[in-house]
Amino acid sequence: MYAALWRALPGPAWFKAIEALVLLAAVVVVLFQWVFPAVADSLPFNDNTVG
Amino acid sequence: MIRRLVGGLGELLITAGALVLLFVAWQLWWTDVVAERDQERIVQALADDFASGGTGLPPEVADAYPDLDEDAAFAIVRVPRFGEDYARPVIEGTGRPVLELGVGHYDGSADPGEVGNFAIAGHRTTYGRPFHTIDALREGDRVIIETRPEVFVYEIESSEIVRPWETQVIQPVPDDPGAAPEEALITMTSCHPKYSATHRYVTHGRLVETVPREQWRLEDWNDVTGPRVSPEA
Repeated sequence: MYAALWRALPGPAWFKAIEALVLLAAVVVVLFQWVFPAVADSLPFNDNTVG
Repeated sequence: MIRRLVGGLGELLITAGALVLLFVAWQLWWTDVVAERDQERIVQALADDFASGGTGLPPEVADAYPDLDEDAAFAIVRVPRFGEDYARPVIEGTGRPVLELGVGHYDGSADPGEVGNFAIAGHRTTYGRPFHTIDALREGDRVIIETRPEVFVYEIESSEIVRPWETQVIQPVPDDPGAAPEEALITMTSCHPKYSATHRYVTHGRLVETVPREQWRLEDWNDVTGPRVSPEA
């Protein structure tokens, strides 16, 4: 999976490394901003109220 | 063929492990970073609003938080035990979006200073953890609820640990359901133990002073006996 992604990235190795880092950063942003908040809403360990 | 399948499966498992670790980092660290910034901003907006005679939150702050209805943030809570500068917004309701922006006021519980029980909830961990050190509160510690016209000073009297369904703790007379209230009380709830939701840490207090805004001086009320215990440390 990752080997195929590496081959698909254009340019020389050093440029591929930069591209891979940018992709990783984008994935982290999407997770932090949208995915994790949505997941946390359905987990029980953040409840602080009674009732 | 088999080698490729096993290799692919290994990559998937490593990816899943990395995702879980990343989620833990987000929950334990990033939610604090975001929520502390948001809560500070709302407190500042409230403080400016109270000082200027009260026209509501400025539009740029209100618009930044779609979960915040107009006038939903209505008070600032200060707890000298939690630090000289400790201040968090108090917001109507106790839904998840509210508790990420500050301390929530239980629907239907008394208003600040009113006879009955002013009941509020806050995160013990994550999302700015306003009540992280709720177990450091001692008898006689002050909890200050600053509203636009008046500032209410409560003093802590007792604490208890209950299960999440034990709603009698936020009744008008705590632990005495159905009784008619005669005093203005405060109840704070948070989860317990830390990083768990099996129990609730509950602290009760009593109104000792009501100060009109013009006469309010925080420094007269901000001292504690013993060390301060910051929820942020």
